Amino acid sequence: MTLLGLAFYAIGAFVLAATATAVTRRDPVHAVVWLIASFLGTAGLFALLGAPVLAALQVVLYAGGIMVLFLFVVMAVRPEPRIAVIGRGGGRAVLALALGAGALLVGLVLAADPDAHAVLSTGSTSPRDLGALVFGPYALAVEGVSLLLFVPLVGALCLGRDPGRTGGGRL
Amino acid sequence: MIVPCGHALSIAALLFLMGAVSVATRRNLFLVLVGVEVMLNAAGLAFIVGALRWHQLEGQAFVLFLLAVAAAEVAVGLALLVYGHRRTGSVDSGRYTSLRG
Repeated sequence: MTLLGLAFYAIGAFVLAATATAVTRRDPVHAVVWLIASFLGTAGLFALLGAPVLAALQVVLYAGGIMVLFLFVVMAVRPEPRIAVIGRGGGRAVLALALGAGALLVGLVLAADPDAHAVLSTGSTSPRDLGALVFGPYALAVEGVSLLLFVPLVGALCLGRDPGRTGGGRL
Repeated sequence: MIVPCGHALSIAALLFLMGAVSVATRRNLFLVLVGVEVMLNAAGLAFIVGALRWHQLEGQAFVLFLLAVAAAEVAVGLALLVYGHRRTGSVDSGRYTSLRG
């Protein structure tokens, strides 16, 4: 096993552990902080899998932008401390079901996929190549993304304003 | 790097599963959104593994769009959550009952 392979498995184990911790927290603040750790680890995986641009974007956008927005809203809203999961006392059943589904998924990926043993070669995409692809054949999709980012901006503004203070400006 | 494609895809599958379990079992809407984020992230990881496996750059291009979708989803989701919290005083999905007949 090469050093890169070792790093891949180490970071992969860290990402899985951090995500498992994140999705099992009761307190949303703890969950979001663990999720940031998970996303930073995923950025490491992206870099190892030959996508350094996306690794940087993952750190800047996901861990730095989206998760900070999350943290902001969690702290502004102050959710009530204890909200149960769906169903009463079903934690053990959910855990068993999740473990079963996980074993099934991994088994399917490893056994049923004929390409599962194909070895991933080391590669790296230069930002130039990715940019040429995204802004060349997919330029229209980039415009679609800009529209996609504009719509939630308007939606969040409409949803977020205080109906008591804006007076008659109802939609 | 001597990593079989299946191992990388297994990590993505397990991440997706954790997100799905969080979405399906949580009542706190913040943790439901956290689960959606985890699932989107897992999908991106699978795309990048595919891009490296078949040497197709489109997989990485799609992850860029996936990031935009995730950002849009979080913005609208959190705005809806704040709106719901203002109307009901709770982020517990079990207490959103104003549509009950």
